Amino acid sequence: MRYMMLIYTRESEGGPSPEEGARIKTAHRVVIEETARKGILLAAEPLSPTSTATTVRVQNHKPLITDGPFAETKEQLAGYYILDCENLDEAIEWAARIPTACKGSAGCIEIRPMPGLPRDD
Amino acid sequence: MTDIHSLAESVFREESGRIIASLIRISGSFDRAEEAMQEAFTAALVSWPKHGVPANPAAWVTTTAHRKLIDAGRRDRTCREKQNSVRYEIESSASALTESEEEFMHFPDDRLRLIFTCCHPALNREAQVALTLRTLGGLTTTEIARAFLLSEPTLAQRLVRAKRKIQEARIPYEVPGPERLDERLAAVQTVIYLIFNEGYTASSGDGLIREGLCAEAIRLGRVLCELLPDDAENFGLLALMLLQNSRSVARVADGALVTLEEQDRSLWDRAAIAEGLTLLERILRPRQPGPYQVQAMVAALHAQARTSEETDWAQIAELYEILFRYNASPVIALNHAAAVAMSAGPEEGLRRMDDLAASLDQYYLFHAARADLFRRLGRRPEAIEAYQRAAALVTNPVEREFLRGRMRKMECESVQDGDERDYPVTLSR
Repeated sequence: MRYMMLIYTRESEGGPSPEEGARIKTAHRVVIEETARKGILLAAEPLSPTSTATTVRVQNHKPLITDGPFAETKEQLAGYYILDCENLDEAIEWAARIPTACKGSAGCIEIRPMPGLPRDD
Repeated sequence: MTDIHSLAESVFREESGRIIASLIRISGSFDRAEEAMQEAFTAALVSWPKHGVPANPAAWVTTTAHRKLIDAGRRDRTCREKQNSVRYEIESSASALTESEEEFMHFPDDRLRLIFTCCHPALNREAQVALTLRTLGGLTTTEIARAFLLSEPTLAQRLVRAKRKIQEARIPYEVPGPERLDERLAAVQTVIYLIFNEGYTASSGDGLIREGLCAEAIRLGRVLCELLPDDAENFGLLALMLLQNSRSVARVADGALVTLEEQDRSLWDRAAIAEGLTLLERILRPRQPGPYQVQAMVAALHAQARTSEETDWAQIAELYEILFRYNASPVIALNHAAAVAMSAGPEEGLRRMDDLAASLDQYYLFHAARADLFRRLGRRPEAIEAYQRAAALVTNPVEREFLRGRMRKMECESVQDGDERDYPVTLSR
C-alpha cells in the first residue's frame, strides 16, 4: 500500500537555527537512503513556505485567486514522502523518523493511504 | 426448538470472538467474516433441529462459516475473471481459503491479533471500544448501543467507519512486535478498563450499574490473561475489575448510591474477592509492578477490611503515592489527599486538596471530596457550597441525587452531627 506522509511544520521567521537545519537535513537523508535501499521510496520532496502559496477557487465559473494557503492553521504543509509500505504500522514507523521542524519548529506527520485512481468498471 | 435457540445463543456468547478471529484471518475482511459467521449461525438453526446438535457446536459453526467463505471466495473469483480482473481486497487470503478445512480446535487462536487490531491507536477510542465489544465480546449491536446510550444506526455507523479504516489504511491483523508490544498492550488494557468503568459507573443514563458491560470487560480481561500470561498487568487489571465489581450489589439500594462505609459488606461477592486476591498474590511474587496492580492493591485493602473502621488508609495513601509516580495526574493526587485525610486527619487532606484546585475545579469528585471533609470538620457553609458545586458538575443522576441528599442533610442538621465518620466520596465507589 502506498502512503503519503504529509509533513506539517510550524513556520517561523528565519526558520530553524543552522545547526538544527543541518540535523534535519541529515535525518531526511537517512530516511531517504534507507527507504530507497529497501525499494519502498516512491517520492520525497519539500515545498516552499506558505508565503509563496496561491489559492485558486472557482466561483461562478471564474477562478478566484487569493494570496496564501487556503486556511490559516497552526501547522503548515512543508513537504511529503510517498512510501510503499506493508501496512499502517510500517508507515507509522517511518513517519516517526521524518523530521518536522524544517520551517521553524516541530509539527507532525499525517499519514494518508493512496488507494490509486478509481477504475471505471 | 427454544433449546436450540438458547444453545446457539450461548455458543455465540462464548465462542463468537474466537470464531470471528479465525474467519477474519482467513478472509482478510471483517465484513466477510461477520457475514459468514452470521450465515453459519442461521444454518445451525435449520440444521440442528433436523440432524441433532453436533458434539462440538462451535466447531460446527466455524467449519460451516469457513465453507461459506470458500464459496463466497469462489463466486468472487469467477466474477472477477468475467469482469476482467478487479483488484481483490486481500489476494493472499485466496490460497488460505482453498487449503485446510480443519476442525475448529485445530485453528490457531487468533483472538490476540484481533484484540490488537481493534485497539489499534490509529482508531479513535470510541471506535476501539465499539469494535472490541462487537467482535470479541458476546454482546449484540443492540445491546452495545443500549449500554452506551447510542442509537443503533449511530453505533453501526461507528463500526462501519472503523472497519473501513482498517481495510483502507491497512491496519495490520497481527500481534505487534516486541518493540511495540508494551505500548500497544497498554492501549488494549485501557479499552477493557474503559468498558468496565462505563458499566460500573455509567457517565449518563438512569442505571448506576450496567452489569452486562462489567461482566463483558471481566470476560475480556480473562481472555487477555489467557492469551498473554506473561504480562503481570493483565492479571492486575483482571484482579482490579473483580475486586471492584465484588461490591456492585452493595453499592446501590433502591436506586440510590450507598457509600463504601455504609455498604452491607455481607453482600460483597466473596468468590470474586477471593479470586482477585489470589491473582494479586500470584503476580506480586514475580515482581513486575504496574499501575493496574497498584490499583488492584487499593481495591484489595478495601475488600479485606471487615468493617470500614479497619480500612488501612495509611497504606492506601502510600499506594496512591506510588500510583502517582506512574501517572502524575491530579485525579490520583486527589485520591491520595483523600486517603491522607482518612489517616492523618481532614485538615491535612484539605490542605493537599487546595493545591489541586486549579486543575480540578471542573471535576465533581474534587468538590465532593472537599465537601465531605468540610462536613466532618463541621464547617457547614463550606460543605454546602462544595456539595452544590459537585452536584452541578456531576452527570450521573444517581450520584447527583446522593450529593443533593448529603447537602440537604447538611442544611437541616445541627453542627454536632458534623463529626459523624465517613469516607470521602472519591474512595467510596
